[in-house]
Amino acid sequence: MKKHSRMSRINDAGRHPGRSRLSGGAKDLACAAMRLFLMIAIFAAPALLAAQDLPLFRWENFTTANGLPDNHVFCVLVDGNRVWAGTENGLGLYENGAWKVFRPVEDSKEQSLAHQAVLSLAVDTSTGDVWAGTMGGLSRISAGRIDTFTQLTSGLSNDIVYGVGVQGDFVWTATAAGVSRLNTRTGEWALFNERNTPMQEIWTYAVSIAEDKVYYAVWGGGVLEYDVKTERWKDYNDPDGETELVLMKDQGLIHEITTSVSYVDKILWVATYFGASRYDGRYWHNFLQKDSGLPSNFLNQVKAIDANRAWFSTDKGLAYYDGTNWAVYRPALDTHKPEMLVRDTAGVVKKVSVETAPAHNYVLGLDFQGDDLWVATAKGLSHGIRQKSSVSTAKQSARRR
Amino acid sequence: MPARTISATSFRRMLNVLAVCVMALLAVAARPASNQSTKISKERYLSPLEMASSADGRLLYVVCQDSDEVRVVDLQSSKVISSVAVGRMPRGIAMSPDGRRLYITNAWSDTVSVIDAATLQVVQTLPTGPEPSGVVSDSNGTSLYVANRLSGDVSVIDLKSEQETKRLLAGRGASYLALSPDGKWIYCTHIYPNPGAFRTPPNSEITVIDTARQMVVERKPLHNVAGVFHVALSADGRLGVAAQLRPKNLIPLAHVEHGWAFGDSVTLFGPDVGEPVQIPIDELERYYALPWGVAIAPDKSKIFLTTAGSESVTVVDVARLLNTVHTRRQPFVNDLSASADYVQARIPVGHNPRGVLLSPDGKRLYVANRLDDNIAVIDTAADKIISTIDLGGPRNVDAIRRGERLFYTAGFAFQGQFGCANCHLDATIDGLQWDLEPDGFGKDIVDNRSLENLAGTEPFKWNGGNADMPTECGPRTEKFFFRSQSFNQQQLTDLVTFVFSLPYRPNRSRLANGDLSPAQERGKAIFERTKSKNGKPIPDSNQCGTCHSGPKYTNQKQVDAGTGKSTDRSPVIDVPQLPNVAYSAPYLHDGSARSLEEIWTVFNPKDTHGVSNDLTKDELNDLIEYLKTL
Repeated sequence: MKKHSRMSRINDAGRHPGRSRLSGGAKDLACAAMRLFLMIAIFAAPALLAAQDLPLFRWENFTTANGLPDNHVFCVLVDGNRVWAGTENGLGLYENGAWKVFRPVEDSKEQSLAHQAVLSLAVDTSTGDVWAGTMGGLSRISAGRIDTFTQLTSGLSNDIVYGVGVQGDFVWTATAAGVSRLNTRTGEWALFNERNTPMQEIWTYAVSIAEDKVYYAVWGGGVLEYDVKTERWKDYNDPDGETELVLMKDQGLIHEITTSVSYVDKILWVATYFGASRYDGRYWHNFLQKDSGLPSNFLNQVKAIDANRAWFSTDKGLAYYDGTNWAVYRPALDTHKPEMLVRDTAGVVKKVSVETAPAHNYVLGLDFQGDDLWVATAKGLSHGIRQKSSVSTAKQSARRR
Repeated sequence: MPARTISATSFRRMLNVLAVCVMALLAVAARPASNQSTKISKERYLSPLEMASSADGRLLYVVCQDSDEVRVVDLQSSKVISSVAVGRMPRGIAMSPDGRRLYITNAWSDTVSVIDAATLQVVQTLPTGPEPSGVVSDSNGTSLYVANRLSGDVSVIDLKSEQETKRLLAGRGASYLALSPDGKWIYCTHIYPNPGAFRTPPNSEITVIDTARQMVVERKPLHNVAGVFHVALSADGRLGVAAQLRPKNLIPLAHVEHGWAFGDSVTLFGPDVGEPVQIPIDELERYYALPWGVAIAPDKSKIFLTTAGSESVTVVDVARLLNTVHTRRQPFVNDLSASADYVQARIPVGHNPRGVLLSPDGKRLYVANRLDDNIAVIDTAADKIISTIDLGGPRNVDAIRRGERLFYTAGFAFQGQFGCANCHLDATIDGLQWDLEPDGFGKDIVDNRSLENLAGTEPFKWNGGNADMPTECGPRTEKFFFRSQSFNQQQLTDLVTFVFSLPYRPNRSRLANGDLSPAQERGKAIFERTKSKNGKPIPDSNQCGTCHSGPKYTNQKQVDAGTGKSTDRSPVIDVPQLPNVAYSAPYLHDGSARSLEEIWTVFNPKDTHGVSNDLTKDELNDLIEYLKTL
């Protein structure tokens, strides 16, 4: 009866004015059809959601054999049709099918890359400048010119720059000694650390930037949130403290040792060495290997597509979560043969036959190039080329039922 | 009684004594200049700098730097018919594609004045970066590009919203812009070299902006170049020309007599030449100092180049030039005999010629004689001046203007090689470190200091060796730098008067209301502290405010702050003034500190240049933010 009243209100509101011209019998029929539709929507929605397609990729892997500066790839950045790879021994730029390598030059007349180990990358989409966080400072690569900022030559707080992000005129860095923010217009550096924020540790590890917020993964200190409007900081911590036991799941951040944050569509995703977390501003939801499709609780990066979908870089493969189902892409842990695992909403895991896989299980990061992926691993850079076909979880779910 | 013979030694001694006396007399004679500097009334000269013409070629719009206005000249009558007041220290001018708007950059207001060309009224004022200089509109008139000298970038301004949408990184001292004829590219040059390692050859660039993407897409490297001025494109877009200096700052300036201080040259780029190529415009025994303004004839037959220090226009035959470039495969920018192959004429003009503009038909070349307040009109077929347009400046040429002419001319130097303004570009710095003294290679390296508001900062020179400005500008300049004729007493007085008249540029780090930001306040407290963080008193001699005291933050003394180098003859250094210190990188007497931070992070290991090693990085940053406000 209540539902009927609600339907009447919808019709009365005039959203479908044509229907008012129907006869009484026709009205009843329409109401019955609508009821049926609502019933289907309410009871069948999880199944419909679960029956989503999970993406298939053909993986092309790059190593030093085909021009990558080093096989240990810390980070990857897609900039249009260009791909930047930060490695342990140089910054690689893949463009027009060829690699160009940037490294520090000791006796260079001009400034060169701050350090050969490139830990983080960000592009200023407004100017096209690329910022590289390294183990020896921060470098800006602008149309081939490199300007370097270090703790000796600039206001940068520390030369180990784990994370970097661009927000308008500001370049935010996550360093081994807190947060450094450069105003590129004025040249002013602002430092944020234990003295002016609730930062329990100063080892900041990653940064995620949106228009309204800036989030930091603080290694051993949870997550820090900077509100752009109020210019205030707030911290999010594991209610269990630093314990590795999960005493209160979904009541807060999964662990203090955070490695990555991704803030998309007002949803915060967090990667830690002990699982992942999703926070919508009110509720936390945590993901662990034992009760999700994560192949490991040891996460190096999380990168969200939107409020529901995210990619996880773990030490046991690359994982994708579509809001319900999971997929894992990796060389099999035992045979090292290409492997794709799919886990549906009921928890059933199946293997999908694939011919290619990312270069290595140990995944450090990824970036999107349209529907394609670029993945940084410990043994090379991988290009995941999205295939037209995909893996449906519907049959599996049906089988399960 | 036989005449007493004088030994060679005695004779030399007498000469030395005589020289000292002459110097002292000169110094005394010229000394009032510094004291009078504040009393001398300054004429309001015009100082025409850049020009643009109306689409029909009937009107000439002239940016007048010192009178803060644009004067409008009717070219048929050669009369000034109007003037439009704009912001402070206007520097650049551009016309909108439809000819209905004029854009004027105001270097000291950090704005662009938009002038309605029909009503000659300022109708808009647009914000820019610090010290806007060159300006161009894109070909469809939707965006304006402005080169900001102090921030070394290019502002992109959306003309519809009247907002600056982004800044693109350019070279240090970004100043001049040119739009390619097809509207696809903007080229930007810069007057200071890009930052580089200490005592390495300077490097500059031509920054190329893609106007469709509004991004920098290329940087054409200019090796061994510091000081790049106007850039121009031929009408077919196949030849680009940028005027430039090639300073030889790494070798002792004692080699001036060998012709080895500055190479006046241009860089050619574009399809006509392939890779960028640098070419000399000097001759074997005559230099054409400070090439500044560039114009290319519409038919690409000639390049016109103002040489601001030599008071002339150099005319280059393009066909012969391209033939030389294509024939000589090896770099020849240091072969001064090459210019004979392509320089067609040298046309003497007025004092400090800067901007050049060709009439739409290419028959007339207009040259802004900045220090004469007039425009020279050159018949480009005959390569001769046919008339001069008086812009209506003061008739009286006062001491400051006479001194300014001396400052900018290269006429006193051996073979006309350079003037004061070669190093003090636009009376500022050049961002270089020079090996000035004849004491051996790499000894007593000195950084170029700012000239702003110098009265009351005596003595001068890196070690305080010159007690006053007449000494600094007199024998030191004449004998040591110029290797040529001396200034007479009046000239020296005028030169000193001009130098002392140079004001501070506006400081952009101070808040508009005069308050200090929280970081600046914290930095001020550090600057003024008397105790280190552990509570230990800091000796007076090691407190910032002891040496950097007084209105100009110098106690005018010489101290050993531990910043001397083994190559210096003495570790005792003159305490420099600090106002506008942010604009004069690099730092320390020899320019070895590339940034303010390095003064303390690298060159103060024993806390001899103030106590800084107890500071956290936050606190050092605060100190630097405060120093920027001085």
